Amino acid sequence: MFQITRSAPVYDVVIIGSGAGGGTVTKVLTDLGISVALLEAGPMLHPEKDFKEHMWPYQVPHRGAMEGGASYFGRGRAFGFFSAHAGGWQLEGEPYTVAEGSKFNWFRSRIVGGRTNHYGRISLRYADYDLKPYSRDGIGTDWPISYEDIAPYYDKAESFIGVTGSKEGIRSAPDGVFQKCPPPRVHEVLIKKAADKLGIPCIPNRLAVITQDTNGRPACHYCGQCGRGCIPSSNYSSSQVQVFPAMKTGKVTLITDAMARELITNDEGKVTAVSYIDKATRTEKQIKCRTVVVAASCCESTRLLLNSKGPGHENGLGNSSGTVGKYLTDNTGFSLGARIPALEGMPRHDSDGMGGAHLYIPWWLWDKKTDFPRGYHVELGGGYGMPGVGTFAGVCEQHEGYGDSLKKAIYEDFGTHVGFSGRGEMIPNKDTYCEIDPTVVDRFGIPVLKFHFKWTDAEYKQVEHMEKTFTDLIETMGGTVVKRDRPVESKISVGGDIIHEVGAIRMGNDPKTAPLNKYCQSNDVKNLFVADAAPFVTNPDKNPTLTIVALAWRTADYLAEEMRKGNV
Amino acid sequence: MPLTRRSVLAKIATAAMAGPLGLEAAQHVHEAAAAAAATTGGLYKPKALTQHEFDTLKTLCEIIVPSASKGGAAEFIDLLSSQNPEMAAIYTGGIAWLDDAMKRHYHADFLAAKAEQRTEMLDKIAYRKNRTAELGPGIKFFDWARRMTVDAYYTSAAGIKEVGYVGNRGMKEFKVPQEAIDYAVKRSPFA
Repeated sequence: MFQITRSAPVYDVVIIGSGAGGGTVTKVLTDLGISVALLEAGPMLHPEKDFKEHMWPYQVPHRGAMEGGASYFGRGRAFGFFSAHAGGWQLEGEPYTVAEGSKFNWFRSRIVGGRTNHYGRISLRYADYDLKPYSRDGIGTDWPISYEDIAPYYDKAESFIGVTGSKEGIRSAPDGVFQKCPPPRVHEVLIKKAADKLGIPCIPNRLAVITQDTNGRPACHYCGQCGRGCIPSSNYSSSQVQVFPAMKTGKVTLITDAMARELITNDEGKVTAVSYIDKATRTEKQIKCRTVVVAASCCESTRLLLNSKGPGHENGLGNSSGTVGKYLTDNTGFSLGARIPALEGMPRHDSDGMGGAHLYIPWWLWDKKTDFPRGYHVELGGGYGMPGVGTFAGVCEQHEGYGDSLKKAIYEDFGTHVGFSGRGEMIPNKDTYCEIDPTVVDRFGIPVLKFHFKWTDAEYKQVEHMEKTFTDLIETMGGTVVKRDRPVESKISVGGDIIHEVGAIRMGNDPKTAPLNKYCQSNDVKNLFVADAAPFVTNPDKNPTLTIVALAWRTADYLAEEMRKGNV
Repeated sequence: MPLTRRSVLAKIATAAMAGPLGLEAAQHVHEAAAAAAATTGGLYKPKALTQHEFDTLKTLCEIIVPSASKGGAAEFIDLLSSQNPEMAAIYTGGIAWLDDAMKRHYHADFLAAKAEQRTEMLDKIAYRKNRTAELGPGIKFFDWARRMTVDAYYTSAAGIKEVGYVGNRGMKEFKVPQEAIDYAVKRSPFA
């Protein structure tokens, strides 16, 4: 662990959080020669030791079911034993609460790199119209920036982290700086044929995976295990791609196991220090700073601001608008799968590829009329994945019986399933927000968040549309969907499940309605910046990570320039 | 030396032989262990189950998935049961139920009964449609045993090989065999 010295230096920049946002700010500032202190609430990451890349299930006695067969009882690690993630939906001693009548799940990874160590690597640019939704359909709020403002930073982000894709000229899915995407797997070939027939675009996927050697990182070796973490760092994680290289410059003071508690301000209302809990000793420490970049994740950053109370900012720091915690959204989620008879008996082959689909479906009805606002994109699943605990639970359930006929059923079933997952835009609503729970603190004595969450018809109708689309695709491929009548409330994901929380500390043009200006700088506190997904004004039908990186890059550039001018 | 894909592939190839077990190597180890156990009369000492329970489970697993013992199914279940009383209760209770039901019908416990008597009982509890007040617990138990036996076998080197998973390697270029594409397209509505 890295310790601060007793003489307590004043750091030019203290960055809180080492995920996509904090990692990017660390990289950009150190590249410009600026020294930073990086606070991370979790421990150091050691990819060689922590990642279970290439491990077979039989190399652990529990085969991946975890101690006591936890996975059979719906317990244990969230995405399974082999996943690279740290943390999960619940952290021991660090609760959050959910208001009566709401459902919300909050995934937290406290480790260097945060959730980028395991995320899906899907890297989609927001479209020009995504940033001006109010101008287009009269719902919600426009972003204070346009596509032209962020496009150069998408270029930088894609060039640096490496993203696969192809030039398509589709307005809902702007083209970028792409590396070559590997060819589609067999089931993806069939999905594309079905999509073609239905007039739905299905294009090479945009994943933060490098297919050519890039910045000292070796190209992908196609083992399909991105979710386990990539020891050679052929996919993007802020830990391996940004934080570790930045540390080699000698300009990073990394302080791990440091849980930020509060931002300390002076009489002028500027942040002068970050108060944090040193988890190893459970003592409070302070680190002095000239500027602070909060990048602890959308909700964790919100919690930190709301917990930073003082004279003149009794409702939290940077919250004169009273909107910190409001406008929280997740993406919508709905999945449907089926067995495809055409794939039965296919000659076995290695279909691992990248850790994710090689094709995806961008939103295609952006210029057509639908009975819900905005849209969704579709992620594809299928192929011969490495068998694991539970892989054949479905066959067991359907086939029943035992003996040679069961074995035959399993052999015939393997690799014949396809899956579709929709990820769509949620419209911010007044019933969805987070606030400080007045009655609960965590094991460090820090007040916790309380979530309120509600889907509306806008999202329900979107999910109904997903179900119809996926059914059409499956039936066009020759598969059969088992029709199940169930209420739409049980079809849609639970809030937070998609782990795309954004928007609780919005950027905007009017300080009365938005805490941040168009550079993600606090309107109230000039030396306070936010560099995760909290500043997002909306949550379009695209995964947020690439935009976190691009926006954080832009914020870091602006911060460096303001420092140079002596403005912060 | 900069990390290149070539060096990563070389490392994976070496690791497959030396470090983490490759499929072939693991297969050999499993077979060697099975052979050793056979010559010594089976050395595994159950951790959670009694010897009788374990022997019964082992026989049951082998019927559910022929060659399940190559995947260490009974050992897998016993190990997890030793770590989890909830799991242990499913198996001790289930095996006791099975023995009791066998004795009622055939005057012999599961191990002592004739092969056709075992089959007759399993043909009942292997299907949900046979659910009655009497058979309910047996059907539920068999469901657990089937699922976990399948998991144990198909996560073993033998099972992974049998089902035909050939990945978890490294490759320089990702290619899809044309014969596989042709096969699927020809059998699809797009033929």
